[in-house]
Amino acid sequence: MTSRGIVVDGLTKRFGSVTAVDGLDFEVAAGRVTGFLGPNGSGKTTTLRMLLGLVEPTAGTATFDGTRYVDLPRPAQHVGSALEASSFHPGRTGLGHLRTLAPQVGVDDARCHEVLQLVGLSEAAGRRVLGYSMGMRQRLGLATALLGDPDVIVLDEPANGLDPQGIVWLRTLLRGFAERGRTVLVSSHVLAEVQSTVDDVVIIAGGRLVHASSLSGLEDLAERLVVVRSPTPDRVEAEAARHGWSVSTDGASTVVRGATGPQVGAALFAAGVELHQLTDRSVELEEVFLRLTASEPATGPGATMGEVA
Amino acid sequence: MGTAPTRPAPTRPAPTRPALIGPALSAEVRKLFSTRMWWIIALVMVAYLAFIALVFAASLAFATTSDGPDGAPLVPGGASAAATVYSLTNPIGYVFPLLMGSMLFTAEFRHKTITGSLLVEPRRSVLLAAKLVAGLVLGLVYGVVAVATVVLAAAPVLAIWGDGAFLTSSETISVLGWTVVVFAAWSAIGVAFGGFVTNQVAAIVVIVGFTQFVEPIARAVGSLVDALSSVSQFLPGAAADAVLGTSALTSFAGGGGGELLPRWAGLLVLLAYVAVFAALARWVTLRRDIA
Repeated sequence: MTSRGIVVDGLTKRFGSVTAVDGLDFEVAAGRVTGFLGPNGSGKTTTLRMLLGLVEPTAGTATFDGTRYVDLPRPAQHVGSALEASSFHPGRTGLGHLRTLAPQVGVDDARCHEVLQLVGLSEAAGRRVLGYSMGMRQRLGLATALLGDPDVIVLDEPANGLDPQGIVWLRTLLRGFAERGRTVLVSSHVLAEVQSTVDDVVIIAGGRLVHASSLSGLEDLAERLVVVRSPTPDRVEAEAARHGWSVSTDGASTVVRGATGPQVGAALFAAGVELHQLTDRSVELEEVFLRLTASEPATGPGATMGEVA
Repeated sequence: MGTAPTRPAPTRPAPTRPALIGPALSAEVRKLFSTRMWWIIALVMVAYLAFIALVFAASLAFATTSDGPDGAPLVPGGASAAATVYSLTNPIGYVFPLLMGSMLFTAEFRHKTITGSLLVEPRRSVLLAAKLVAGLVLGLVYGVVAVATVVLAAAPVLAIWGDGAFLTSSETISVLGWTVVVFAAWSAIGVAFGGFVTNQVAAIVVIVGFTQFVEPIARAVGSLVDALSSVSQFLPGAAADAVLGTSALTSFAGGGGGELLPRWAGLLVLLAYVAVFAALARWVTLRRDIA
């Protein structure tokens, strides 16, 4: 069956008087890698656990192809997931861990060896998890998720504990899955960690959705900022004013806001202004992410709820 | 690392839900035997049972038979002496299947593997049922090991210095056979109890405390106070002795362990303990969110 992704509809979880997740609506598209982002304690893990039937939602639903996880026959063949890098019995070997799940996933020992090779743990297969590094545990978690060769992959903070090579490797692997039409949902509390992996972002804070769009949609929220050096800064300011861009002075440089480098360059070239330097310095995406998740979800003119994909 | 043997996605037929607990049971058996705990506990059980059986057999073999004030022998002899020694498995050995059974659940909560277990099988009743059956299998294995241990330790002593080993007497065969059944029941009680008290340390403390202190004292009191004896025979250890039909506790000093139920009732009482704790596990522990 071809995956049609994940649909989260009004998902809510209250623990007593605390609302951990508050009316979440979002969709995760097939054939793309979606980053599920939010600071620690924003409700990411609770959301994923509701998605996977471990936590009962107070209200709302999460479905895979229209079916709740708990209603999927042999769910691990449809949705592969890894939630915590620490949830292994330390006395079991890597292979032994996979073999305890294999009967219910519906696969044989050969497949266990296959996924261990895929994540680069073949040589550690017979060693007890006790001696595994954090990165190796992450890989074993990933092997667990891939065991049933699922169409949908859900990973909670998979980059934690991976070295830079490991992160590049993970990126290649996840991109490969998306290119084959599968659905990939990856959570993280650090945007930079997944920035070069994801196509779409779903950002939550305080249990509520604050932004959902493609990654480029998030980039559009980044403030544009161009730094210009010119022997005639007053003429730069005049041109900027004519185009409606705000300017400020930063030492010998003029900082133009609200335009891209090519726009500023073209305008100044047309006006015949001599330039010694022009640097495109957009605000980092991480800053956008921090701003979005800083406090309560924005409700003013800057609110981004309207961009829900 | 690297080139990935994952097949192209949209070709597999829709999987069907397994109707029976077969896959879940096979997973539970693999969980049980893929760590060292099962044989470490078995090893401790063997050492402990062998030592006690040896001491007990020797004390019966070398005892000078004397009669109590009512004319009945204080120390059993003959075939009943042998059966008494062989029945040591229950009051001495039952804590081991109980402990190991409880770990089928408590280890999952301690190491958070319960998450992975419920991800591959979200039906929590199936998980519980598979663990109970795996517990029975475990108990049978432990039961066979325990029986072999007491026979190997006690039979030579009884044969050489005592009235005989009586290995082929019907009383002995009955005790040894029912021991295996009782061990399976203890293990299932352990599984169900661990499913209710999921904290591993708490479960161990309660099991050891109850089996080693609370129940022996309660049975001793029950044997002295008539009003309490009808209650104390429903204690799990007393019910298990009832299934065996003899007891190391009751055989001394004219029945120090109190009255025993008939065998069928003892079995029912043990099953009732399984049922009650399994119900608590299902409707208290396994109804909760797994976070």
